[in-house]
Amino acid sequence: MATKEIPTQDPITAEELALTETIRVAVPERSLRHDLRAVSIVWRRELIRFRTDRLRAVTSLVQPILFLFVLGTGLSRLASHGLPAGVHFSTFIYSGVLAMSVLFTAIFSAASIVWDREFGFLREMLVAPVRRWAIVVGKCLGGATVATFQGLIFLALAGVAHVPYDPVLLLTLIGELLLLSFTLTAFGVMMAARIKQIQAFMALTQLFVLPLFFLSGALYPLNGLPAWLTVLTRIDPLTYVVQPMRNAVFAHLSVSPVAVHALSPGITWFGWVVPVGLCLAIVAVMGTAMLAVAIAEFRKTE
Amino acid sequence: MTPAISVSELTKKYGEIEAVRGIDFTVAAGETFGFLGPNGAGKSTTIKILCTLADPTSGSARVAGHDVVRERDTVRRNIGLVFQDTTLDNYLTGEQNLRFHADLYGVPKAAFAPRMRQVLEMVGLWERRGNVVGTYSGGMQRRLEIARGLLHAPRVLFLDEPTVGLDPQTRVSIWDYINDLKGREDITIFLTTHYMDEAENCDRIAIIDHGQIVAIDTPEALKASIAKDRVQISTADDQAAIRALTDVFGIDAGLHENLVTFSVESGEHFVPQLFARLPQAIRSVSVSRPSLDDVFMSYTGKTIRDAEASIGDRNRRVATRFGRR
Repeated sequence: MATKEIPTQDPITAEELALTETIRVAVPERSLRHDLRAVSIVWRRELIRFRTDRLRAVTSLVQPILFLFVLGTGLSRLASHGLPAGVHFSTFIYSGVLAMSVLFTAIFSAASIVWDREFGFLREMLVAPVRRWAIVVGKCLGGATVATFQGLIFLALAGVAHVPYDPVLLLTLIGELLLLSFTLTAFGVMMAARIKQIQAFMALTQLFVLPLFFLSGALYPLNGLPAWLTVLTRIDPLTYVVQPMRNAVFAHLSVSPVAVHALSPGITWFGWVVPVGLCLAIVAVMGTAMLAVAIAEFRKTE
Repeated sequence: MTPAISVSELTKKYGEIEAVRGIDFTVAAGETFGFLGPNGAGKSTTIKILCTLADPTSGSARVAGHDVVRERDTVRRNIGLVFQDTTLDNYLTGEQNLRFHADLYGVPKAAFAPRMRQVLEMVGLWERRGNVVGTYSGGMQRRLEIARGLLHAPRVLFLDEPTVGLDPQTRVSIWDYINDLKGREDITIFLTTHYMDEAENCDRIAIIDHGQIVAIDTPEALKASIAKDRVQISTADDQAAIRALTDVFGIDAGLHENLVTFSVESGEHFVPQLFARLPQAIRSVSVSRPSLDDVFMSYTGKTIRDAEASIGDRNRRVATRFGRR
């Protein structure tokens, strides 16, 4: 604690004292509380930067909005033949595009590690007397929070896609978005631990993002696909979030069970329907594993 | 009293390249100690090891009484760092940068506000604390880094090339802050520089070249050890004067910057003889004390600039061998 003596009746104010005498600061031994404080400040920094960077928030909304409105509207006439009456194509792709709205933000907030490295700030974090896990966890939570915010903006547009504003549905979707954002950020941070140049990071991101999106069944139902595509969709981790979100959306629509089964058949492994809970658990385990790899990477010293 | 820094038989290899080749030195508490040498001499590598950012290949180092490998976190709590490249977040304000640092270093919350004010006042940035760092000039950013490095009241402050890339005026002002700091805080300063004039601000200097310490002493003692003043004269006939210097005094003189230049043991005693015995008319005389430049030259046989050029060549050759270019 600060060992600063301020006599109560003295005319010298604390400020004046601060200028004349050294404020002694005793940095305490490292403790879990200290590490948690580090997690919190790294997390808060992500939020501050997101708040000051409105442009990023706006630009990363452009793509999902294009998908939902332009592609959704443009394809709806074509797609309406395969859709049961009363189900809009934009409703069908909504959960997939919602996942997309956090996809970019989550991975790009991990890119800030690469920026931080290039601009030196990473060093400020890595020389601090805190555990490396605190920094990596703070970064992942920060990215997850920021990406979920992004998703919330898009969630507000649910009505346009004829998705009802049901509180239970919204809460479910928010929870799933958080999980997805966390896993994606962990993935990004894991890559950022290895990739030192921002150009290389961006190029690799481009390489991953679109396949992740297209293979997740965001734009088509997961049943009746050719074998090769069936396999690829089951490998894509994004599938395991898009499908539960679609499940949630369809559970809150007034459509026939037959229609639900046709459009939101669930993920099957060799004919066995994977329960929603297991889907989400898979995503959580993957996120945690990638986080662990990222921490291990950042713990290395020269 | 335990020394602030003690280093013994320290080496560091990167692959085949030996960046540090067995150095030993001790820095007493409260001292300002300078590491002087050209780029690539091993200064930054040594500082990285002392700051726990790199592990030594062999040998050991203790900072603030703690081993840099085994007691890494304790060392980290006791040191402040200012790197040659900025490590600030340009999108945060000055105050936010300091707050971030305080939380990472676990500065007690009650102490943060007064301590922040103190360090910001010290570097003259208190009024600008609410501005985003991206709007600061290069000198202001460096000052903010110094303030941040001091925030958690470290016992040793490391300054890696604290003035590199700054204009001469700003360099002088940074030094004013550093010298001021010595009076205010109970702190040991370890710095690296390749500016000779800046090394004069240190209590002691180690000259490092090719990963080895070639000399270590106070600036005065180092300069005294080469014990030669530089005399520059301009005469009616410089070529004749150079010949005359050799014939009359046995001195090897040369023409540098259009002046007849030579070195003698004691300039002020030599000049009267010069007037008495040199046949050429003398228009001007200047005598200068040896600078650290001369010291570096006499210990390594080259100027710092020459040394940097040759290291550049060496690194390029190594890089070619590894097929990186």
